[in-house]
Amino acid sequence: MAHITLPEGLPGITGPFAFRPETAKPMRALAEFLLRGPNTLSSADREIIATYTSSQNDCHFCQTSHGAAAAHHLGTESELPVNFALIAEIKRDFESAPISPKLKALLNIAGHVQQGGKRVTTEDVACARGEGATDTEIHDTVLIAAAFCMYNRYVDGLATWAPLEQDAYIPMGARMAHQGYAAAPTPVQEPVNA
Amino acid sequence: MPHIALPEGVPGPRGPMLFRPEAAEPMSEMAEVLMRGPSTLTLAERELIGTYVSAENDCRYCQTIHGAVAAHYLGGGEEKEALVHQIKCNPAAAPISAKLKALLNIAGHVQLGGKHVTAEDIAQARAEGATDLEIHDTVLIAANFCMMNRYVDGLATWTPDDPDFYRQRAASLAQHGYAGSASRT
Repeated sequence: MAHITLPEGLPGITGPFAFRPETAKPMRALAEFLLRGPNTLSSADREIIATYTSSQNDCHFCQTSHGAAAAHHLGTESELPVNFALIAEIKRDFESAPISPKLKALLNIAGHVQQGGKRVTTEDVACARGEGATDTEIHDTVLIAAAFCMYNRYVDGLATWAPLEQDAYIPMGARMAHQGYAAAPTPVQEPVNA
Repeated sequence: MPHIALPEGVPGPRGPMLFRPEAAEPMSEMAEVLMRGPSTLTLAERELIGTYVSAENDCRYCQTIHGAVAAHYLGGGEEKEALVHQIKCNPAAAPISAKLKALLNIAGHVQLGGKHVTAEDIAQARAEGATDLEIHDTVLIAANFCMMNRYVDGLATWTPDDPDFYRQRAASLAQHGYAGSASRT
């Protein structure tokens, strides 16, 4: 049960978003820009950074929903099982996962941000630069990791409800990947008489 | 020296916020709503929660500037600065309300990780009169500072040493707020 009285049946962060729309608005806008805005990092790479940070923070809702969004960015519906397996491997040990050296270097930075800002070293940044990362890409990696240290704490600090099984996150991940993070539209009432 | 090429001579989060204004806009809006928007928590209480979390995260820029803003809201001067210092070091022993102590306890647990917040922490805050909205905002302020602290230190931004810099900046933030604050000198 959540620590405070939240609207029922809304999973994860969507409960407190509905409870406090004034803060939800900029939080949604930040996620939309960081994960789907114009960028030389693909949305898949950015969702993977978010997923990895959430996994290091042990936040079930965020790592599963953003993992599903990453899997949707990486391919079509039929490729989902392969892409879910890749995401699981990255969370377990990204160094041995079949991803680019640049993304590995960025995940290394994100992992250090998760532990605390001062854990990021000049060597971490030099390594990412050596693999071709730009200043903006390094900036965005730090901010995505930092932002998920916020979202993860918001979700778990209020003990929000979330589905356990990964399948429940497939349509949610598709929505996050393809429609984005702006507030969900109010459901349209179907006309009664056709 | 910052890890990336940021505008020179701009302290704390303002450097990266000028570097990436598209991200800065929602971040500033969030700070303005949380720290200065309509709330039953006072401006000083909210700044003290931000200051305490920043101290726990060992972020010198954030704890110093938000501590200065809190002291400013409390009336300013050395006595209020000493109170802010005491709250950072040992909130349980500080001369503040039992409700604020209970909220700082929640904030400290959020800093450790969301799952560290217990039903007992919440029950204790409620017993001291905290509402659901106040508990929500405490959790979100603490979580937000876990982002800002990592943003500031994860990019190794510039942190001035002069205490007067923070006093003057605090007065400006108290007067004008957080919206558009990155580009305001």
